[in-house]
Amino acid sequence: MQWHSLSEFLDMGGRGGFVWGAYGTMAVLMLVEPLLAHWRHRAARAAIAERMADEEAARQAGARP
Amino acid sequence: MHAVTTTSAPAIARPRLTWFTFASPANFYRLAGVLGPVCGVVAAAFAVAGLWTGFFVAPTDAVQGEVYRIIFIHVPAAWLSMVLYVAMAFWAALGWFLNARMAFVFARAIAPTGALFTVLALWTGSLWGRPTWGTWWVWDARLTSELILLFLYLGYMALVAAIDDTRRADKAGALLAIVGVVNVPIIYFSVIWWNTLHQGSSLTMGAKQHMASTMLIAMLLLTLACWAYAFAVVFARARAITLEREGDTAWARALVAASNQG
Repeated sequence: MQWHSLSEFLDMGGRGGFVWGAYGTMAVLMLVEPLLAHWRHRAARAAIAERMADEEAARQAGARP
Repeated sequence: MHAVTTTSAPAIARPRLTWFTFASPANFYRLAGVLGPVCGVVAAAFAVAGLWTGFFVAPTDAVQGEVYRIIFIHVPAAWLSMVLYVAMAFWAALGWFLNARMAFVFARAIAPTGALFTVLALWTGSLWGRPTWGTWWVWDARLTSELILLFLYLGYMALVAAIDDTRRADKAGALLAIVGVVNVPIIYFSVIWWNTLHQGSSLTMGAKQHMASTMLIAMLLLTLACWAYAFAVVFARARAITLEREGDTAWARALVAASNQG
């Protein structure tokens, strides 16, 4: 291991902004993308549930005398 | 005479395994629901191992110092950007020629992840280029063809989103994806065909490697992490697209009804 302190590790030989900028962007995007996919999936399920509820309400309204 | 059984049948019958078993949206949805999280865990494990090797085991580069460590994510991102485009075009073509519904779903599910890796390849390359080349960007063949790849991904996503009729959108998108695949070998061989500022391939099959073995291991571990991540996210998005398209089918409604009751 070539780091003697945390500040030396973060400094990355004076290029910390470039190195951590690259890794930070990747980390943020790779955390956001699965969340977006998860929300899309949840929205798709909610849309089906809403459609089923609407159809059930319409059926009950039609069955009323 | 048939025997009458008093036991109730299972709610979801186990499908018979054939080449086309998972071409069924219902079967694929269930399989992806299992494989997606597994791939996510595998991605996290490889990422931890790769980052540890990259930052704490791999030595400082004699010429570039510490900034070379961007290679551990830049190269995997660039590889994935190309591989995912080929995969997207493959599924789009399969959907077009075999009229397979799930193939189009796959093509659509891959596109945003491919675009993400292309953005990351360009951005991390730019952050690496500034301290080593002295510039954020040059219009050299490798960088320009990678930028064109990003436009192809964005064009595909915009095209399929702009057409209301799903079948027409899938076919129009497939045409663009198939035509655009010609750009992938151009990206890969650009550093050989033209005199570019960009360095040659980081890894060549069969050739003697110039990287330290720990550097190579870190890069390959993070490549595997990116692969597993891509599988996990594509499965998750494909499940969402499948539900969006199959919302009127009995299996999708039964699934939603069961989860609402649970």
